[in-house]
Amino acid sequence: MTLFTWINLVYLLAAIGFILALKGLSSPRHARQGNLLGAAAAVLAVAMTFAIPSVRHAGGRLLLIVAAMVIGAAVAVPTARRVKMTAMPQLVAIFNGVGGGAAALVSTTAFLVLTSNEAVRTVVSRSVVYVNGIPTLHVVSVASSAGKPAIYLIVEVILGVVIGCVSFSGSAVAFVKLQELITGRPITYPGQQVINGLVGVAIAGLALATILTANAWLLLGVALLALVLGVIFVLPIGGADVPVLISLLNSFTGLAVAASGFSLGNNLLIIAGTLVGASGILLTRMMSQAMGRSLPNILFSAFGSVVTAAGGADGAGADVRPVRAGTPEDIGVLLAYARKVVIIPGYGLAVAQAQHVARELADSLSERGVDVFYAIHPVAGRMPGHMNVLLAEANVPYDQLKEMDEANAELPTADVALVVGANDTVNPAAKNSPGSPIFGMPIINADQAENVVFLKRSMRPGFAGIDNELLYNPKTTMLFGDAKDTLTKLVAAVNAS
Amino acid sequence: MSVGIIELLTIFVLAAFVGNEVVSKVPSILHTPLMSGSNAIHGIILVGTMTIMGEAHGTVQVTLGFFAVLLATLNIVGGFVVTDRMLEMFKAKPAERKAQDDPGRGGSPS
Repeated sequence: MTLFTWINLVYLLAAIGFILALKGLSSPRHARQGNLLGAAAAVLAVAMTFAIPSVRHAGGRLLLIVAAMVIGAAVAVPTARRVKMTAMPQLVAIFNGVGGGAAALVSTTAFLVLTSNEAVRTVVSRSVVYVNGIPTLHVVSVASSAGKPAIYLIVEVILGVVIGCVSFSGSAVAFVKLQELITGRPITYPGQQVINGLVGVAIAGLALATILTANAWLLLGVALLALVLGVIFVLPIGGADVPVLISLLNSFTGLAVAASGFSLGNNLLIIAGTLVGASGILLTRMMSQAMGRSLPNILFSAFGSVVTAAGGADGAGADVRPVRAGTPEDIGVLLAYARKVVIIPGYGLAVAQAQHVARELADSLSERGVDVFYAIHPVAGRMPGHMNVLLAEANVPYDQLKEMDEANAELPTADVALVVGANDTVNPAAKNSPGSPIFGMPIINADQAENVVFLKRSMRPGFAGIDNELLYNPKTTMLFGDAKDTLTKLVAAVNAS
Repeated sequence: MSVGIIELLTIFVLAAFVGNEVVSKVPSILHTPLMSGSNAIHGIILVGTMTIMGEAHGTVQVTLGFFAVLLATLNIVGGFVVTDRMLEMFKAKPAERKAQDDPGRGGSPS
């Protein structure tokens, strides 16, 4: 067997590894092994790539490859290890964006290699020796036979550049939104969809011109416009929807990688990229279903730009309407003598790093014989499943975590619903006011418990920017302050009573 | 032509069906780790960036290739590490987790 047969065989093994990795990641039991298997497959494929003669004999460029890898790993590992679990969505957005950027750069460089005559000559002469299989040689041999790159080769390049650039700049904007460097609210302006459409048309026009002329400057224009498109596509998407968006951009990066795979004739890139592209689209749809919304609605409706909820709430009322505020001692007694307490955690709990104190409170209550469990909304936190991760980090037992439907069945008989740093996921407007932007989203029915206690920093609306009627409900008590402080006081109050 | 566009398209279409099939039923608690894990998988573009560096000539191509390798490494290494960290949390550990309140403190990647 030739070296290239071996390389392709190893790539095939790696592709199988990735398929099994995704399968493992879809079930709780095998998720971690799945991820490790994926990593092993990646290491195998990268190691084998060093055996390709053009890479192995690249001299100074080989050193640059190794240097870039060392720098990349030296930055990525500590960042991924140290990031706070609450900031995880942003980090995934960044890692996704740079992947898209890498795919766009590969496609661009492939285009330059294709159109540079000198390179074509050198590589073609090598391709006589190593026929069949090796990616880049295939590209250039096709190119040389036509004299100028075949049209489909340029189309592949353009797909990789456009999708990769949209994913790169879109992920960057998603990052600044999640990091709250800019407002999480949708950013809208008149004629937004028209402008987005025009940019899309301009990209198509420039792409056509690039195909006809094989001109590198035109390709640069396509790339720049695609970067712009990524930004303006993401701006009108509200902060609460950004996780779904990241999942979509993740799928885009997969497709960009597949497009690069076409340019290089590399089976592994096509398989891995397409796997992520296809599964990513499906995952994105599952996530939007968990929020009770359709994907087009999330992408194009500038959700949450209406600040005040419809259904009678007047805008100025938010600050002046009376609410009932309690003291930790009052609430401590209420909790200590309850029979059933449901804790409904949200992003605020995670921000305050209050998972551990929340568990202490639950433990104290359990010791007193109170039936305590956590009600987890599917999109609690900033991403689906985020809250489960945060609570697992605090060693909360599995059997105390109840999914939304299960929890809703118990809430009518609960004495206290203790809402810690959540807001939108318990907002009854989702059920009661058809005009509200979150109408139709499944919520945890905190309003059905006998007493509702909100631990909140302020009266500010939640991430979706919508006022919550439940805060003004007569059976609701507010306990203002940082979730961690307040919970610590509650634990003391419960132990004292 | 050594490997035709039709062969590549065939691989693409089959992979799309496989991708759709493997994640058909995912519990919502695994949505985030799955997204993060598949994010790491597309980091395999690293292989493509290495191959293109092997073919790059001249300052422009080599510079683009260098940054491509750098970005791809961030994607693939960071992606797998952060996913592993998420999934670590799902394991019920009897031992006390020390760094739990202070993720910014630990310097050593372990």
